[in-house]
Amino acid sequence: MAVSERSQKRKKRRNSVLFEQGAGKILLRLKVNGETREVATEGSKTLLEVLREDMGLTGTKHGCELGECGTCAVLLDGESVLSCLMLGVEAGDGEIVTVEGMMQDGKPHPLQKTFAALGATQCGYCIPGVLLTAKALLDKNPHPSRDEIRQALSGNLCRCTGYTKILDAVELAVKGAEAP
Amino acid sequence: MRKKGFSVIGKPLPKVDAMAKCAGETVYADDLNLPRTIYAKLLRSPHAHARVLRVNPERALRLEGVYAVITGKDLPEKFGIMPATQDEEALAVDKVRYVGDPVAAVAAVSETLAEKALGYIDVEYEILKPVLTIEDALASTEESQRIHTWNRRANIQKAVSLEFGDMDGGFAQSDHIFEGTFFYQGNTHLPMEQYCAIGFYGPDNKLTLWSSTQTPHYLHRALAKVLGLPASRIRVIATPVGGGFGGKSDPFSHEISVAKLSMITRRPVKITLTREETFYVHRGRHPVKMWMKTGVKKDGTLQTMHFRSFLDGGGYSSYGLASVYYTGALQTVAYKLPSYKFEGVRVFTNKPACGPKRGHGTPQPRFAVEIQLDEIAEKLGMDPLELRLKQLTEANSITVNGLRISTTGLRECIEKVAERAEWKKKFRKLPFGHGIGFAASAYISGAGLPIYWNEMPHSGVQIKLDRSGGITVFCGSTDIGQGSDSILAYAVAEEFGVDPADIRVVTADTDLTPVDLGSYSSRVTVMTGNAAIEACGKLKKMLLEVAGEVLEVPADDLEFADGRVQSQSLPERGISFVECVQKAEAKFGTLGATGSYKPPKHPANYKGSGVGPTPAYTFTTAIVELHCDGETGEIKVDKIWIAHDCGRAFNPLLVEGQTEGSVYMALGEALMEEQIFRKSGLHKIPSILEYKSPTTLETPEIETILVETNDPEGPFGAKEAGQGPLLPVVPAVSNAVYDAVGVRIHEIPITPDKILRALDGRLKPVSVPDFQFPPPIKWQPGEGVQVPQKN
Ligand code: FES
Ligand code: FES
Repeated sequence: MAVSERSQKRKKRRNSVLFEQGAGKILLRLKVNGETREVATEGSKTLLEVLREDMGLTGTKHGCELGECGTCAVLLDGESVLSCLMLGVEAGDGEIVTVEGMMQDGKPHPLQKTFAALGATQCGYCIPGVLLTAKALLDKNPHPSRDEIRQALSGNLCRCTGYTKILDAVELAVKGAEAP
Repeated sequence: MRKKGFSVIGKPLPKVDAMAKCAGETVYADDLNLPRTIYAKLLRSPHAHARVLRVNPERALRLEGVYAVITGKDLPEKFGIMPATQDEEALAVDKVRYVGDPVAAVAAVSETLAEKALGYIDVEYEILKPVLTIEDALASTEESQRIHTWNRRANIQKAVSLEFGDMDGGFAQSDHIFEGTFFYQGNTHLPMEQYCAIGFYGPDNKLTLWSSTQTPHYLHRALAKVLGLPASRIRVIATPVGGGFGGKSDPFSHEISVAKLSMITRRPVKITLTREETFYVHRGRHPVKMWMKTGVKKDGTLQTMHFRSFLDGGGYSSYGLASVYYTGALQTVAYKLPSYKFEGVRVFTNKPACGPKRGHGTPQPRFAVEIQLDEIAEKLGMDPLELRLKQLTEANSITVNGLRISTTGLRECIEKVAERAEWKKKFRKLPFGHGIGFAASAYISGAGLPIYWNEMPHSGVQIKLDRSGGITVFCGSTDIGQGSDSILAYAVAEEFGVDPADIRVVTADTDLTPVDLGSYSSRVTVMTGNAAIEACGKLKKMLLEVAGEVLEVPADDLEFADGRVQSQSLPERGISFVECVQKAEAKFGTLGATGSYKPPKHPANYKGSGVGPTPAYTFTTAIVELHCDGETGEIKVDKIWIAHDCGRAFNPLLVEGQTEGSVYMALGEALMEEQIFRKSGLHKIPSILEYKSPTTLETPEIETILVETNDPEGPFGAKEAGQGPLLPVVPAVSNAVYDAVGVRIHEIPITPDKILRALDGRLKPVSVPDFQFPPPIKWQPGEGVQVPQKN
């Protein structure tokens, strides 16, 4: 965490240099939720800012913008990353999935179903990051133990649920996948 | 009319907004983007205590893209949540009182520019010595040391003293007297969503403010006062709140500032605070020092209790007046006390203001009470559960301080939690380093009185039925994640026999919805639920009248079920709900009704008795099992069992969720969370990284047991669940540490270094200030107004 904070500071410095030198807007092409989109944006913007401010994908939330809470997690090439810690331009070549991309063909992802059914969302603010982090886990390990789920979600703070129903919902989705 | 069981109440249904939240579609304040929005930032004081001599915004205003800068002069009107202690300014007028106190606000074309412009505002301060401890605050007599001047003396915001029953007799009759001191450290809510507000003063000269707030109604009043606008021209919309826990219950500088900036610029003005700023806004748990003396008989029967609290309030009053009384009010509710004395004082210090955090003023005394009871049981050689079971308060009883208890499930909570945790097998029988601890508690289901004195309802609900069969429920309540929108849908669906998913809920908008006082004091389910049932009742009367005519069935044989209005004796005789609504609309005209709720009166009628009464008390018990390493002092909590008397589980999923969340939050307070400051008054750890809170790894398995007592005052029997379950967990941790390693820790957070010091005999007892409390107001049970009981 300390490392990420330092790198964040470094980035901020680099960003401000870019900005003050009048780097202005760049054309950024990103593949988000299966769509390729182009936006004119500042090269200094974090991926979080590009998604929320330039692409209108406000499903991704922020709790600190310093890499400390996990709220802003999105998937980049299947890995859960903190979108507040990377620049939009750094995501240029990858496939990004945000919470808006979890529904497929108008149908909710099994995790979305179990989270809704078990009351795993209270205020819901941490949930996009939690869902995506859980999805990244299940995509790699379809049958994680409760401890493995705990471990995978340990970087996502939730102040409402006490995590209990979140863990239950991930477990239920795991079981659902096994069902015939 | 109701012959069958419930069709909606008690069922584990999803919340009405659950899928929107899972799909990322819920629009929180910072997700709102209005056309032409400009952005605001607050300039905050770098000093804990200073006079503001001059604020000059000229250089900032010269920057291209900066549209307005406001300072204290623009908003001189004071405000504050409690009418009696309005001591806040939106922007400091002549003094700053903590590091982070707002001094000026900028609106600019971008957030980056607004931030930059802050550096161009010139402020001249005369630095004063900060007052940072309770002791210094009580002793500061010099004028320059006084943080406020409206209060009578020193930095004492409020000192109270109340005495009930025969104290001298109580101690004289006691075989043993126990005395102890305790310290409950302050901590903050840390909601995942930072504060955010958008103000727009439109071309119609009306102001709309969107904010992540738990109390849109109180915010509405504060805006009218400070901005000097008629309240009728102001609309407050509470956006879905991304976590509140009490931290979003005051009217705030950032809300008032964006409103004012919009009045100047005539553009929507948005502000989103950084995480660091949320630590300065605070209004979290008060650090409280406590002293407590209890007299008991040989058999453990409580004879009397004398309790003192010293609250470190921070720079402003906030809810402090209520907070100080809450540290004394509920000690009498769980166990019978024939006499009781409470003395409390709240002081000002140069730190962010404290306020209501989940449990508001009651976790601190509960910590002291439940540890001392554990010590009493130990001394008398009793099982701590037996000690409590001997003297539980009873249903339909009145406490020595005049609080009316309608129902209690505390006995069942104790028995069930003990059984599930296998208490008898484990208590004092586990090996060194492994322990188990118990505690119990009581809490309110909503404050009995509103924050400003008035005779109006605390909660209003309006229901519209239209010829499509659609039902829309309007209510001022604010969903902060606890599920208050869903509660309205469930209540109305139950009444009309329809699916909750078919109901539209419109909430938290002062233009559209009748007033509900807000999401605080665990009041929402009881109050909005009752108001909704009343509104439904009025509409049902009309519907039953037409259905009776059409079906030729007496109205009292009719029921609302499965989307129909039908005969109970001959269910095939019925009409659809839609048809019934259409017939009723034809007969009566447009269909709508309102319902209201106001809590019943309590017997107590002394000064200060406004804090403590409630429609219904809830009761909770917790057992904590943990490992405590005698070498390192580290604690690992293995499991927590929690039993909560919720009256009736409106929706067990939601009640469990509130319970689990409370347990989690309590554990953070017990083991790691603390709001701490440097000698300069600077916050030591204003970031998520440094302010430690439990992750999935530190949160143990939680087993929840719901106990139902069907309270006559609750809608369908329901009581609260959002706050009470936090209370017993913190002392239960301390009691479990004692069981594990044999040391008593009287202060939180219970960190490894405190345990090691205690094991070495180096942990000093908590010191409490020497303070002369005012002479007590004395009150005897039976002196108050007589109150009829509901059945
Ligand atoms: S907002 Fe990215 S980790 Fe907190
Ligand atoms: S649901 Fe509120 S923070 Fe997780």
